Amino acid sequence: MIDKRAANVAEAVSEVFDGATIMIGGFGEAGSPIELIHALIDQGASDLTVISNNCGSGEVGLAALLKAGRVSKMICSFPRTANSTVFPDLYRSGRTQLELVPQGTLAERIRAGGAGIPAFYTPTAVGTPLADGKETRRFHDRDCLLESGLTADFTLIKARRADTHGNLVYNKTARNFSPVMAMAGRNTIVQTAELVAPGEIDPELVITPEIFVDRVVHVPNPAHESALVAAGATYP
Amino acid sequence: MTETGNSIGWSREEMAGRLAEDIPDGSYVNLGIGLPELVARFVPEGRELVYHTENGLLGMGPSPKEGEGDPELINAGKRQVTAKPGASYFHQSDSFAMIRGGHLDLCVLGALQVSRAGDLANWSLGGPDDIPAVGGAMDLVAGVKSIFVITQHCTKDGAPKLVESCTYPLTGLRVVDRVYTDLAVIAVRPEGFQLIELAPGADFDLVQERTGARLLPVAETTSHV
Repeated sequence: MIDKRAANVAEAVSEVFDGATIMIGGFGEAGSPIELIHALIDQGASDLTVISNNCGSGEVGLAALLKAGRVSKMICSFPRTANSTVFPDLYRSGRTQLELVPQGTLAERIRAGGAGIPAFYTPTAVGTPLADGKETRRFHDRDCLLESGLTADFTLIKARRADTHGNLVYNKTARNFSPVMAMAGRNTIVQTAELVAPGEIDPELVITPEIFVDRVVHVPNPAHESALVAAGATYP
Repeated sequence: MTETGNSIGWSREEMAGRLAEDIPDGSYVNLGIGLPELVARFVPEGRELVYHTENGLLGMGPSPKEGEGDPELINAGKRQVTAKPGASYFHQSDSFAMIRGGHLDLCVLGALQVSRAGDLANWSLGGPDDIPAVGGAMDLVAGVKSIFVITQHCTKDGAPKLVESCTYPLTGLRVVDRVYTDLAVIAVRPEGFQLIELAPGADFDLVQERTGARLLPVAETTSHV
């Protein structure tokens, strides 16, 4: 019997260990699995490397994980946020390292990692500071950089609908990085607003097939980061 | 003609309108954050453009009415938007396949500097305490068929933004096709910056004076101006 349900968010993230690499879905607040991130703060794992497009806002979700001092390195494309000083303070004091990656290269590195492709060439970022130290090779009269695939020990993502096998459907632009991160995580943990039985999602409409998912936890009314920030919320 | 700091030239809206005139009907377009977003308001009647936002939406519409938005339906600037009839959602890898695979016709971006060779600097001032953040800019300039820049001709301090070579960290090498400023429309050609059109009240000498590299006059074969 395949049943990937976890009883609650605490159980879902219980296996995360110190020093783990974690991919966290989301572009801004859209798709950010806030309840799983808060459970990870409670769980206590530290010295994490986090791969996520941004660094959160306010002092909830990803910004709260950073503020709690659990993240030693961020791999992301856009760590600046209008309403959060958490990452800038950590970066300037040297407590959190940053690997800045162009957004498309980040997506492709994650996709490649999930697809078993160790590295690929791309013209993105040639001639820029982000090319420093990277191998360059010419294809079709164009210089390209060698970029490596990314995988993670754990992936935390948010779905709108999941079945107990882990087939997923997302909400609008909250899909963003989650499908490729689900492929690239050795343990992919999903919080879902709706949890249904296998067969209730039309196979034609499944966005992430169950094989990429390890754990599913039902979070019926996920918080919106912007609403928490507007209310002045902090975590813990 | 609008009063600006220079008392001559185009307003921001007129710059956006002038750029919009040059976008062919049926184009797939990505607009950067800020001034580039204004372009969508001035598309000439009878043309249909499809807007892409790199966080995963093709067929982006304007902002929602107050209270009707969804925090999970946003654009690359993280502002709430709408999806037009015929829109589609997709993940980041597909979104950047559209960009990097050369499927988008045009991207409009802002600039800190554009060089005579078409190099673009638009993501970082390079200061030691700056938090570097690049987003999708480097992918867009590397992959989209045409890159138009919309920007004030000079910085607030009066320094030229069109320069011999960029001093800020680069976004891409030889990527810019055209620049739309408050003073002029300028093409980036193999031989350098070439004037296409002057804004009201501007003349060649004034635009040359405010440009940090040699400006070539309007080509005789061009029908503009």
